[in-house]
Amino acid sequence: MDLNTLWFVLITVLFVGFFFFEGFDFGVGILLPFLGKDDKSRRVIINTIGPHWDGNEVWLLTAGGAIFAAFPHWYATMFSGFYIALFLLVASLVVRAVAFEYRSKSEDPRWRNLWDWCIFVGSFVSALLWGVALANLIRGVPIDGTMTYTGTFFTLLNPYALVGGLATLSMFTLHGAIFLTLKTTDDILETSRATARKLWLPTTIILLLFVAYSYVETDMFVALGINPGSIPIIAMLAILSVGTLLKAKKEGWAFVMTGITIAFSTIIVFSGLFPRVMVSTTNPEWSLTIYNASSSQYTLGIMSIVAAIFVPLVLLYQGWSYWVFKKRISKNSELEY
Amino acid sequence: MDVLALARWQFAIVTVYHWLFVPLTLGLGLAIALMETQYVRSGDVKYKTMVKFWGKLFLVNFAIGVATGLFQEFQFGMNWSEYSRFVGDIFGAPLAIEALLAFFMESTFLGIWIFGWDKVSKKVHLLSIWMVVIGSNLSAFWILVANSFMQHPVGYELANGRAEMVDFLALPTNSYLWNQYPHVFFDGVATAAFFIIAISIYQLKKNKNQEVFKTSLKFGVAFGLVGTLFVGLVGHSQAQMIIEQQPMKMAAAEALWETENPASMSLFTIGDEEKMEDVFAIKIPAALSFLAYNKFEGEIKGIKDIQKEYEKTYGPGNYVPPVAVSYWSFRIMAGIGTAMLGILLLAWWVAFKNNFEIPPLVYKILFFSIGMPYLANSAGWIFTEVGRQPWTVFGVYRIENSVSIATTAGEVWFSMIGFTLIYAALVFPTVYLWKKFANAGTDGLEIHESIKSEN
Ligand code: HDD
Ligand code: HEM
Ligand code: HEM
Repeated sequence: MDLNTLWFVLITVLFVGFFFFEGFDFGVGILLPFLGKDDKSRRVIINTIGPHWDGNEVWLLTAGGAIFAAFPHWYATMFSGFYIALFLLVASLVVRAVAFEYRSKSEDPRWRNLWDWCIFVGSFVSALLWGVALANLIRGVPIDGTMTYTGTFFTLLNPYALVGGLATLSMFTLHGAIFLTLKTTDDILETSRATARKLWLPTTIILLLFVAYSYVETDMFVALGINPGSIPIIAMLAILSVGTLLKAKKEGWAFVMTGITIAFSTIIVFSGLFPRVMVSTTNPEWSLTIYNASSSQYTLGIMSIVAAIFVPLVLLYQGWSYWVFKKRISKNSELEY
Repeated sequence: MDVLALARWQFAIVTVYHWLFVPLTLGLGLAIALMETQYVRSGDVKYKTMVKFWGKLFLVNFAIGVATGLFQEFQFGMNWSEYSRFVGDIFGAPLAIEALLAFFMESTFLGIWIFGWDKVSKKVHLLSIWMVVIGSNLSAFWILVANSFMQHPVGYELANGRAEMVDFLALPTNSYLWNQYPHVFFDGVATAAFFIIAISIYQLKKNKNQEVFKTSLKFGVAFGLVGTLFVGLVGHSQAQMIIEQQPMKMAAAEALWETENPASMSLFTIGDEEKMEDVFAIKIPAALSFLAYNKFEGEIKGIKDIQKEYEKTYGPGNYVPPVAVSYWSFRIMAGIGTAMLGILLLAWWVAFKNNFEIPPLVYKILFFSIGMPYLANSAGWIFTEVGRQPWTVFGVYRIENSVSIATTAGEVWFSMIGFTLIYAALVFPTVYLWKKFANAGTDGLEIHESIKSEN
């Protein structure tokens, strides 16, 4: 494997990490107004991700930094092209970030209400936009011979991308609901369970719809070949099994399965792209690839050494922090703040 | 306005805003880590109360620091895509390293610190705040690696139509960085000190929890003396370095039109930028040469001569940065730095006298000086960045080539107005919370304990 491929794989890994971790905290944020009937239960729900959401978000910042360092043209073309979409994404992440921290710092119900809405809207919009962005990445966007995006914001709002948006939105919400069943007790646990069960079928249908639509709209299946290999099949089986697992109250396993669906779907999207990083619909020749968009071999080499040292270290202490907060949270727990 | 002008305004607005919170995170984090160390060593709950009180204010600041940092990571690609293409090979690396090394560390350990009071041992809890401090300093260090490269490019060569990295280690050992990072570090210490001093005397005046706030005040004074003295000392060596590396920036900072030997230092100049001459000026003879070379002689190049030199090296063009902005922002920063030392002496006197009868005027000065480091901070960056114009990467890449091509003026307006409104709106809850916690003093903490015991 050459360094360019290695970096493509690494960036895929960073996105897998981001969607897996931030996926459930988006879901928890979206479910907050529906599952948190009173102030105390909303606090409990937020506390399930309280110590983690910022660390989860850093997966995205690292992925962004890694794209900049390893494939500067990808960073430049995508970020300047998807301008308004990224503005909306960052704005919702900003509002959400502040809301998590400020919400409980004052007792005024209007204050709390305001921030709870910010958490909901911020999580909802980001979860939706991720699907839109991914769908456009694999479908392709107009890019000219100088690697410049020539579409507008509305180019990104095609029906296929919107289905992609629904897919991430529903998937993250389900993932979040199952996460809550693992971290809460009593009535919140019960409603989370019921919600996860209700969400499973529609989520599965939307995902299948997205897969079928991808068949029509993208060249991904050509890229993957007639025999797509085991990864898509595992992803599919994983989401199908969630329904049964939830009925059997095996939420731990259900969480593993939604995790696998998210991770493997991300891998499918990126392997469908490979070796391109942005597909040009104007002229396939003008697509950005891991070769024409990349940094020099020297930079890729240096960054590989840095990643080899620090990625395992990060996994280690993030893992430790999940272990420290492994206990379920109930209304009787000491809720810091 | 064209896309370039808009993108510059947007960069200036969001970055100065982000920077309103960063120094306090750097400095107050360290202060809290020291207080908690004292608590763990002595077991004295007074220090725990201090940690909790200052910790609340710290977290409000940290939250908004993180939130405003998010867009920073994206905006190079959004507004400055051509710049990103040109320098990505060397400039992307420090940004990626910052995220991987620093942001993960800061955020993960802060989570443990906030939520872990009763879940991890005292020592592990102390360790986590220190990890947060190390994390935020690594973050500062690596982002300044990136900025120092733009000020004084090293470790690269021009190849394939862009700047490519040839020596990675040249980046973290850049001479520019080793002045800039300490300046920023001590600036954080000074900022936190003034924050602590102002809020402590406010509480002392209300006669609340004297013990905690007396100790805090003393701590603030010591912290402030270290921070302010060193920010000035480092600033001095920074200025000497800049005279060598970016002579135009210092010449603009002094409104020095003609080359002089020995060079005089301007105390107050009103100049005419068009004609490049003084309208009115008070100068100290030979003082600038002294500051630059530690002796009362030595040539300092003036703006006109440097302009001629640059035209020879880089081709025709205007290489003079906005002189008035450079001149005044430098004076505001250095002037405030000097005034801060004076104020610290006043605070010292208050902290160590036997009673806390504070004369009203002294109280006002100490309280309102909380704003001084903030002014100096913004002025410092404006000077650093404006003085570098017209370059994005000094001597290598110009600002007009840096801006995105795909982006329209309408889009930049949209995001600029969007962020300005969001950021402006965030001022209100932030100030509200600061006031609330500062007002409540340690009372809030007792209320907090009693909520807990209800459960
Ligand atoms: C010298 C210090 C310094 C400077 C010049 C900057 N920052 Fe900053 N940044 C920090 C010091 C810092 C910090 C101390 O580490 C922060 C501030 C508050 C905080 O929570 O962390 C932070 C937060 C922060 C975050 C959020 C991290 C998280 O989620 O935990 C991002 C993405 C950035 N910054 C990115 C940037 C970029 C791209 C900058 C350049 C334009 C920049 N910062 C200037
Ligand atoms: C937080 C501290 C910083 C502040 C307050 C700051 C401030 C500013 C200001 C006021 C400008 C506008 C100058 C002008 O338009 O004349 C600017 C420009 C710029 N700065 Fe900084 N800066 C900071 C840190 C950085 C860092 C760390 C980087 C790089 C990693 C950076 C990169 C740039 C770039 C690319 C521009 C181009 C836009 C321009 O020159 O107008 N800045 N900055
Ligand atoms: C009194 C003496 C001071 C001197 C001689 C001094 C000197 C300098 C110089 C020469 C620069 C420009 C560096 C560059 O272009 O890269 C600078 C930047 C800066 N200063 Fe100061 N400074 C002083 C005090 C302060 C104080 C009191 C603060 C804040 C509390 C401060 C905050 C900053 C900041 C934030 C920057 C931009 C970051 C950097 O480039 O290092 N300075 N200072």
